[in-house]
Amino acid sequence: MMQAPEKAPLTTVAADPIILRVQDVYKHFPIAGFGGLAVRAVDGVDLEIRRGEALGLVGESGCGKSTLARLITALLPVTRGKIIFEGQEITKMRGGRLRRMRRKMQMIFQDPFASLDPRMTVGDIIQEPLDNYGIGSGKARQRRVQELLRLVGLNPNFTNRYPHEFSGGQRQRIGIARALAVNPSFIVCDEAVSALDVSIQAQIINLLQDLQREFNLTYLFIAHDLAVVRHLSDRIAVMYLGKIVETAGRNDIYDHPQHPYTRALLSSIPVPDPVVERTRAPILLKGEIPSPVNPPSGCRFHTRCPIARVPGICSEQEPPLEPHGQRDQLAACHFAGEK
Amino acid sequence: MALAAPALEQAVDWEVAEQQIGLWQDAWHRFRRNRLAVLGAGLVLFLILVAFLSPLLVHFHLIWNPGTQDVANIEVGPAQAGHPLGSDELGRDTLSRLMFGSRISLSVGILVQGIILPIGMAIGLAAGYFGGRIDNLLMRFTDIWYAFPDLIFVLVLVSVFGPSLLTIFGAIALVNWVGLARLVRGQVLAIKEKEYIEAARSSGSAPLKLILKHLLPNALGPIIVTVVFGIPSAIFLEAVLSFLGVGIQPPTPTWGQMVFDGYEAIYANPSAVVLPALAIGFTLLSFSFIGDGLRDALDPRMKR
Ligand SMILES: Nc1ncnc2c1ncn2[C@@H]1O[C@H](COP(=O)(O)OP(=O)(O)OP(=O)(O)O)[C@@H](O)[C@H]1O
Ligand code: SF4
Ligand SMILES: [Mg+2]
Repeated sequence: MMQAPEKAPLTTVAADPIILRVQDVYKHFPIAGFGGLAVRAVDGVDLEIRRGEALGLVGESGCGKSTLARLITALLPVTRGKIIFEGQEITKMRGGRLRRMRRKMQMIFQDPFASLDPRMTVGDIIQEPLDNYGIGSGKARQRRVQELLRLVGLNPNFTNRYPHEFSGGQRQRIGIARALAVNPSFIVCDEAVSALDVSIQAQIINLLQDLQREFNLTYLFIAHDLAVVRHLSDRIAVMYLGKIVETAGRNDIYDHPQHPYTRALLSSIPVPDPVVERTRAPILLKGEIPSPVNPPSGCRFHTRCPIARVPGICSEQEPPLEPHGQRDQLAACHFAGEK
Repeated sequence: MALAAPALEQAVDWEVAEQQIGLWQDAWHRFRRNRLAVLGAGLVLFLILVAFLSPLLVHFHLIWNPGTQDVANIEVGPAQAGHPLGSDELGRDTLSRLMFGSRISLSVGILVQGIILPIGMAIGLAAGYFGGRIDNLLMRFTDIWYAFPDLIFVLVLVSVFGPSLLTIFGAIALVNWVGLARLVRGQVLAIKEKEYIEAARSSGSAPLKLILKHLLPNALGPIIVTVVFGIPSAIFLEAVLSFLGVGIQPPTPTWGQMVFDGYEAIYANPSAVVLPALAIGFTLLSFSFIGDGLRDALDPRMKR
């Protein structure tokens, strides 16, 4: 059964229902030697993640999803803006305080081959966070590592093996075990399954869902198309060229998309029903994704939008992210809902 | 079998290929398959043995003392008058001097790397890891250093500080650390961007631990290779210095000096030049073969 968007409340007394707030966050990567020019990878993002939910974040390659994920997990400093996790402003933290904060938010990486140190055994990899945070004593840590391996469906006897001996799916399970080791409350999965075979993808997604139920985890689940996140997400945010263009409950995004970009993304998902599939008319976006160094004026989607009024309001005024369509649905479009 | 965490029912993924050997062991297997590298290693081991044993052999009168001047038998050819490889213009035994020369060449080659390693690693690591202004500063510094012609630099140092063993080792180290520093920096820059470093940070690893447990072990292969290739170049530089007469001073025998000394009488007594020259050549080749072998063995892309 699919889970309802509203989850059972957590035991924490009077816990803030919003676990993470991203407020007007920017990340610009200066281009060396081009004084002033910068890749505007994340360019003014507002986002809230609710405790216990799985928020899917989708957008084309290069739109800034990974950068946003790294900002949220404080692996990268922001250029501007605030990120508040469990009531604390992590964008102001550094050093030891930041390290202690990181314990509550972990990341599962996109590439199961690059994200495990090839010179360390699987046991050492999973034990590293336990060592860093001084959790348990020597023997207890080893037991915990084996327990974690079992938890993610791996043979607990293989702690002395090296990552290259495992398959892609197994490596991703190792990455999941490492993320779970310190009992985080929030996990970012940055395209955690896109490097895997389709059949393995389903296994890993199921595992992530089981773990979420078991440990009351909050997920930010990143993917580059809407098909992957559908199964797992309670809410979905759509990102385009460094900005969030639409957020809504999962069903609302699929049934009543408000932003033309969301609609285009949806139309490109193949439908399993062959009759419907034959009549499916993908909305083909014209042109290339503009460069994040110099995004288009006004609505940054106007160069590719099928309903843009150009010249006019679309190329002159930036549409704010505001309520449109269903309850809890936000879209950044002057003509939200129109086709 | 009862599992500790039976709460989750999902497909388990138990199967893993047979236990494979560790990465270092794997590299060793590949090194062993390279014949030239093994040959080089054999020759170097032999040289090390010679270097250690030659004083002992003198002590037991099995070979000549390299300083003894057999004035009755000057510039004799091989296997004459008790000189297995002949004698030089002062009547000193060529075999014994060759054997003692290996001590200088090997110690220059290896000790110089011992000086270079900490300097090059420290500068390369600092530049690569901290980046930004520190990197800029350090790299401009190494560029300037690099732009200086090696030989002139060493000659200046030696003429200022005198040709003691320490000056010569120090001078050679000072011209050779730049290559290692650049390599270490490049390695660190490349590895720093790897996802597993980010993952380690996200697991709460502090900077020092990142460097020692993740960056260095992964950069070690190319560092080892560079250090090994540095050995012949230091040996060669010392030989050139000795040949020019500004190296280790007589009576300590070195191969470069032997070539220089024998040069005058190259036609009358060719073995006094040819033998030390061959010793230099084979030693350089051996270390280069080892370096080549290590490079292939330690490169993870050269699987099997
Ligand atoms: N460290 C960096 N320095 C400079 N530019 C960067 C850096 N990291 C990312 N970028 C740029 O920022 C933009 C967004 O990159 P990001 O990796 O966040 O995209 P993404 O949405 O995760 O894409 P993908 O689906 O390919 O993973 C890209 O144009 C990228 O080239
Ligand atoms: S604001 Fe205009 S250009 Fe932007 S998405 Fe809406 S209609 Fe298209
Ligand atoms: Mg990405």
